[in-house]
Formats: sequence, structure tokens, C-alpha cells
Amino acid sequence: MKAALFITCFNDTLFPQVGIATTHLLERLGHTVEFPETQTCCGQMHYNTGYQQEAIPLVRHFVAGFRDAEVVVAPSASCVGMVRDLYPKAAILSGDAQLIAEVDALAPRVYELGEFLVKRAGVVDVGAYFPHRVTYHATCHSLRVLRVGDIPMQLLRAVKGIDLVELPHVAECCGFGGTFAVKNADLSTAMLGDKARDVLDTGAEVLCAADSSCLMHIGGGLHRLRAGVRTMHLAEVLASVEEG
Amino acid sequence: MAATPARGRSLPVLPAFPKAVKIALADTQLRRNLAKATTTIRAKRARVVEELADWEELRAAGAAIKDETLRHLDHYLLQLEEAVTRAGGRVHWARNAVEANTIIARLVRDTGAERVVKVKSLTTDEIRLNDALASVGITAVETDLAELIIQLAHEPSSHILVPAIHKNRSEIRDLFRRTIATGQDLSDEPKALAGAARAYLRKQFLSAQVAISGANVAVAETGTVGVVESEGNGRMCLTLPRTLITVMGIEKVLPTFRDLEVFLQLLPRSSTGERMNPYTSLWTGVTPGDGPEAFHLVLLDNGRTNVLADEVGRQTLRCIRCSACLNICPVYARTGGHAYGSVYPGPIGAILTPQLLGLERAKTLPYASSLCGACYEVCPVKINIPDVLLRLRGQVGASAGQWNPEAMTMRQLAAIFSSPTRYERAQRMARYGQRLFVRDGVINRLPGPLSGWSQARDLQPLPAQSFRDWWRERRQKTGGA
Amino acid sequence: MSAAAAAKSAILRAVQDAVAGAPDAAPISRDYSQRDERSHTTVIEEFIDRLQDYKAHVERVEVRGLSSCIADACNRYGVQRLVAPVDVPPEWTPSEVEVLRDVAQLSLAELDGSDAVLTGCALAIAQTGTIVLDGGARQGRRALSLVPDRHICVVFEDQVLGIVPEGIARLSASPERPITFISGPSATSDIELSRVEGVHGPRMLHVILVESPLAYSEGKLE
Repeated sequence: MKAALFITCFNDTLFPQVGIATTHLLERLGHTVEFPETQTCCGQMHYNTGYQQEAIPLVRHFVAGFRDAEVVVAPSASCVGMVRDLYPKAAILSGDAQLIAEVDALAPRVYELGEFLVKRAGVVDVGAYFPHRVTYHATCHSLRVLRVGDIPMQLLRAVKGIDLVELPHVAECCGFGGTFAVKNADLSTAMLGDKARDVLDTGAEVLCAADSSCLMHIGGGLHRLRAGVRTMHLAEVLASVEEG
Repeated sequence: MAATPARGRSLPVLPAFPKAVKIALADTQLRRNLAKATTTIRAKRARVVEELADWEELRAAGAAIKDETLRHLDHYLLQLEEAVTRAGGRVHWARNAVEANTIIARLVRDTGAERVVKVKSLTTDEIRLNDALASVGITAVETDLAELIIQLAHEPSSHILVPAIHKNRSEIRDLFRRTIATGQDLSDEPKALAGAARAYLRKQFLSAQVAISGANVAVAETGTVGVVESEGNGRMCLTLPRTLITVMGIEKVLPTFRDLEVFLQLLPRSSTGERMNPYTSLWTGVTPGDGPEAFHLVLLDNGRTNVLADEVGRQTLRCIRCSACLNICPVYARTGGHAYGSVYPGPIGAILTPQLLGLERAKTLPYASSLCGACYEVCPVKINIPDVLLRLRGQVGASAGQWNPEAMTMRQLAAIFSSPTRYERAQRMARYGQRLFVRDGVINRLPGPLSGWSQARDLQPLPAQSFRDWWRERRQKTGGA
Repeated sequence: MSAAAAAKSAILRAVQDAVAGAPDAAPISRDYSQRDERSHTTVIEEFIDRLQDYKAHVERVEVRGLSSCIADACNRYGVQRLVAPVDVPPEWTPSEVEVLRDVAQLSLAELDGSDAVLTGCALAIAQTGTIVLDGGARQGRRALSLVPDRHICVVFEDQVLGIVPEGIARLSASPERPITFISGPSATSDIELSRVEGVHGPRMLHVILVESPLAYSEGKLE
């Protein structure tokens, strides 16, 4: 399949290795990866903070850049959630009938990486090798907006050598919430503390999730605590292969 | 749209949520108690919901019945009035708290009573009924154990369902010893404390002439009003006194008696996590020889028609006050009710309070959420709370002044993000500018509003090469697309 | 226009303005269970199980054992003064106790001074362990089953329905009656979340479940 990669502004700027891993993974599975270079940001931060009119040009920009794609894959449940769940509402807000139609046509073709692998590419064992103790945090967007269910765990369980441990309170929000982390910093920190405790309780070496934003938040806290736990995106774990 | 008086300018603004949160977060006993309460009730709810194979169908029916009611609210309110009147009750209409309190005070005074017994009712808290009655010399005795506790302690409630959760047993014993059980040798065993309350309240029940209650439901078709409870004080208040006054938000009406079959399943399982709460009372007007001789139903607007008017916000009025959203909310579990500055806390409070009071008075409440969506999953009437939060945030954002710093930043960022050239330039500038903040390969202090981030987290610096840099480099090397 | 009329018309006007132009509400689909398809035996077993879960006392008897069962219960609980609605059959009330029939409305003091109340019920719902009183046959007015500290309730097996919608359907024949749903003794979890059973209302609920042909539960005796 020809997959147009939506890297997300987060990954592009802060976690390029997530994009690199996604590219290698998809190519390894025989898909062609395209990268429409006009892409910037999905507009979620604006929309969720209440600047919804301001997000509309970003919606247009995304649609313009990806409208011809066969399928769009993004290593971010929250950005895909924005496109599938909120772009239709943003389009209605714009009052632009054409934009509404274009969003309706494009949104169903936009997938989070794990969804794409299992639902579209039909693969659970991606041939990965990652001999480490890993715990997985189910991000709110993947769980409740995209409803990926068990998909990420299915993919991780198939990774050779992995020691996968269940995270206690896995479905509880980590406290990132976009600008929430800054506008309600104390609360965000309190939620982070509990999530960090749960991660440490698993004895895992690596914390994995489908969203770099949550990983940046939890990982940033773990690093401040010198906890000795690193974070890796789902794409990075799945892209790992045996040496030689 | 003049059912409520002008809002906003002269009325107090609620304390900013982030500030109120600081106090709550530091209250260690509150946090322990809240964590225990919410975890316990959450688990109970999950168990009894899982038992019902048709739970989702019940939720769908509940939402649909409420939407139908709200769409034709005027019709159902009139039908309700007719049915209650036919059955010997009297219906009164109150546009706001002042009108409601005036009506109720007059009704009480007409009986000559100076003391009334009360069944817990959030609606009466909303209109501050007890204070209004006190100001005209009428004492309202709370008869729910938790309400009694906080009334005696002169404190506000911290949770819709378990209002005294912030108090432990020793505190309650000391309080009782000072007030209703003076001179008694009282242990701090919950059973003993409940016993002391029972003895005190029984005297009140058996002598009260007037009772005031809220209502969980009111059926338009038949005029049947319902109260759902656990302790039995509701039955006492609804049955023994000669006069009963019920205050009810206009959104509580249901079209038909049959609709009770849906809500009597949704409410107990969602609120206390029981298959059915111990007592539910349904009564229609006045029944000669059984219960009160006079029944008054006060219908309250107090901002509900404002909520009704918003296409997206309207669903907020489906709420049946079960508190399932409170018990699942990670924000509420750590802050409790006081931080929300209103009678309605938690996720429902974050959307209801700003709509009832006016957004200008509660601007920070729609942001009291990480948008995790757990509330929507458990709401028995499928209120899409995240959607309404976003709606309210959109209204806040749209009303931000031209020189509002956040709004200016957002507009600048939107301009940057809508052009790939500007976007890439901003990336390069950030990579350059971050040098000021990187120490030993880590950013641990960020400036201005971003300092909230670095208060608890380290940030890795922006890598030298962005993804698109890598992609272009690879393309050049391979000579491909 | 009087102040009262002004408020009413203002509210109605505000409601109409608020929903003017709103799309019609979707039709209400009732896809939840309306009927319990299980056997009556299963339903009865569930009813007993739920009652026991609520820590109510449950006994099963055949019709001919009902009187002595009631007498035993009164004996066990030390009941000397028993309140009863006027239409409770004389065979039900034990001869060893003083029976206070609610002929001319017993006073609150008399109710408060009694030891127990004996009633029948309108129906019961197995799934939730609920007994419903509606002031109909052998139930009396609400205060009778509220003030005394012990409630002995006779439920005939064919009064036991499976699920809540069945109960509401039956009650909808007379919705104007004063209806009380009782699902176990009263309780509170307001003190540190420890559940305390028995706050107000009868602290002890004793249910006597009677096997019966239809005739008995519909008030046709013998």
C-alpha cells in the first residue's frame, strides 16, 4: 500500500526517531511511504484550548496536503483522533460546505499506526525483536476516541524477546491533556506522580505508548526523578529488529 | 430569553480553578478519603453495570427520553402541572433562586411552622434555601446523615453523594458530642455515630409539620414525583409531616410513567453502584389518609433555559445527578468538590456551572479537565462532556480580547503552522533559541507560562535534525522521491 | 398578570425560545429487556439470593405454614405489639401478640411504640431484590411500614416478577398510588465509607415468601 505519513509537529520537531522508525517499519512490511512535505500541524492544540476559528486554516491545510492520499498513517493517536473526531466539527464551524465534504471523505482514511497495521495491513507480528521489559500506557485518545482496544497489546505481545508487563490503572489519564499540563500544572503533576508510580511498580525498563505527547510528559517526570526508566514510542519498539 | 435576571456584571466570579486546586491538592486527608471513596464506588459501579447485558440499550433509551423531554419541555411541564393539580397538589413556577426561596418561605410561614425537615437536595443547595429560610426565622434541619454532619459543622459539601467524605470518624464523633449528642458517651464506631443521628432525627421526624425535598424525577403523564434514597430519611420526610414542598429543576420531568423503568435502572447502578437503592418513593399529588395533606411542587428555572438554548450545551440537562462522572474523573478524585466553587462539581459541574451562571463567572471551569473522556464513557445518559467542554472553551477563546497574551500567541502560532515555510523557520529558530535553556543536555527550566511544565518534568532538547530534515537527506542519498 | 402567572409564562416563553428551530428529537428506541425470559423457579431463586445479599431475612413456606411462620418470627424478635393494616387476614396475626390494626389511623406515638409491622406487598422484583408497596391490598398506608423498627413482609411467589420494566408495567395500572420500593434495609456509607445498615425506617426486614396458586396473592383466600 502507499501510505502517506503524517508525522505530526511533535514528532517532527522533538521525536524524529518516531518518524524514522515508522518509515522503516512500514517499508519493512512492504509498503511505500510518502511524506507530503507541506504538512505542519493538525491544529489540536488550538482547537482544544478554545481557539477553534484559528484552527480552521490548519484543518484546511491538512486536508489540502493529504486529500489525494490512498491512506494516511500517523504515529499519534491524539492527532488521528483530532482528524477523525473533531475535524468534522471544525468543518461545520467553518460553514464551508466543500471543507465539510472533503473532511468527510478524508477522515476515514486516516489511521493511527497500530490501527493501520492490524486493521488495514492485516498484520500482528511485524517481525520485531526487543528483548527488554516493557510496560504499555493506553493513551486516552487511543482508548476512548479511536477505540483501538487491544490492538497495541496484540502488536507488542508478538514482539520477539519482549517481557511485557501490564501497567496498573492502565486506562487512567497520565495528566498531559495538552495545554492542561501548563494551565493546570499542579493537577497535571499530581496525575503524573501516580502514573509514574504505576510505571515504577512494574519494574519495566521501558514505557511504551502510542502518543509522544504523553511519553514526553511521563518521561519528563521519570527523568526528573532519575527513575532509570526510558520511554519509547510504539513505532520504535515495533521497528526494532535483531542485529545482523 | 428573560427568564433569569441579567448575569455577569454585578455577580461574583468563581475563584480560579488552578488556584483553588492548590489548596485541595495539599489537603492530604481529603485526598486519601477522596481516593478511597472514588475508587470504591467506581469498582462497585463497574460490577453492577457489567451484570446488565442491556446496559448500552438502557443508556441509549435514557439519552433519547431526555432529549425528547428537552425538545418539548414546555409541553411536558404544562402536562405535569395539570396532572399534579388534578391529583390535589399545587404547582409553583420560579424563574430564579430568589423567587423560589420567596415562594417556599411563604408556604412554610402559611403553616405556622418555624422548623422544617429537609431531604437532601442539590437543587435546594443551588438556591441556598437554608440560608434564605434562616433569614426569615425558619430553621431547616437536614436529615441526610452527611448533610446533617456538614450542617452541624457549618461546612460545604465535598461530594454530591458522600458530602462528608472529608471528615473522619473521630471528627464526626467530636462534632456530635458538641451538638446532637451532648453529654453522651459516644464511641467513634460508624454504627454508634449513625445510631446517635438516628435518635436525634427520629424526634425531628415524628414532630415535623413541614418537609422540603427535591425530586429525582417527575412524570408529566401522571404527575408522579419520585425520590431515590438510601437512609430512610426521605420516606420519613415525604410521609409523616402534614405539608410537603418539593423543589425541582425543570429539566427533571419525564414524559411517561413507563420511562421510570429506564431511570430506575440507570440511576442506582450509576450512583451508588447498587442494583437498586434501599428506598424509592413515588407519590402523586395528595392521597387522603396516606401522607401529607398538602403538596407543593416548585418548578425552578434558575439558568436552565440558558443551557437549553445552546445546541451543544443542551445535552447537559440530561443529567440525572448520579455522580458517576465524579467518581471516574482523575481531576475530581484529586481535588474534591470545593475546588470547583459550586454546588455541582466534577465533570458535570465543569459544564453545568458555567452555563447556569454565565461563562464570564466561571471561565476557568471548562479547563478543569485533561479531556480524557472517561466521564463520557460512564455517563448513564451519554452526555458528551468533552464535546461540551470544547464548546465552552471555544466560547472563552472567541471572547478573548485582542491583546490577550494567550490569544495573541495562539494566533501567531496558527499563522506559523498554516505555512510550511514559516513552520520550518520556526523549528530552526526554536532549535537555535533553546540553547539558552539547555543545561547538561537537558532543559529543566522554561520561561513564563511554560514554567508550569518544567516545575515537574525535564525536557529533552530539540534534536539537531528534524524528521523532515532526515527525510530530505535520505531522499537525496537514494536519489528517490 | 399576577406575579405567579408572570413567572410561569416567562419560563415557558424562555423554554420555547430556547428550543425554537432545534431539530426534532430522535425517536426513542427501547431495545433494552422488557421481559424476563427465565423460568419462574430461576426468578424466585434470584429473588431470595438478592434479599440475602441485602441481609434481609428470608423464609420460604407453603400457604398452610404461613400463620405459624409469622408467629415464629414474632416470637424470635420478641414482638409484643404488632401493627397491621386493616385488611391483613386474621389468620396471619399471631394470637400471642397485641395486634394494632390501623382502623382509625394509629397515632405516630402508637406506631413508634410498636415492635413490628406486618404487611403484604403489591409485587416484587427479583433482579434487584425489591419489594414494592403501593397501599393496595394488605399494605395499608405508608407510615405503617415506615415507623416500626421491624417489617415482616409476606410475598407470594406469583407476585415476584423478574426485572424492573415488568414491575413498572404492572404498577402503571394505578400510578397515582403512593408507591414505595424497598430493596433491603436502609443504609448509609457516609462515615468514612463504612456501610452501616439501618438508619431510619425499619432496621430489620423479614420476608416470608409463600408458595401459592394465583388465587391467594390476588386476595382471594380459601
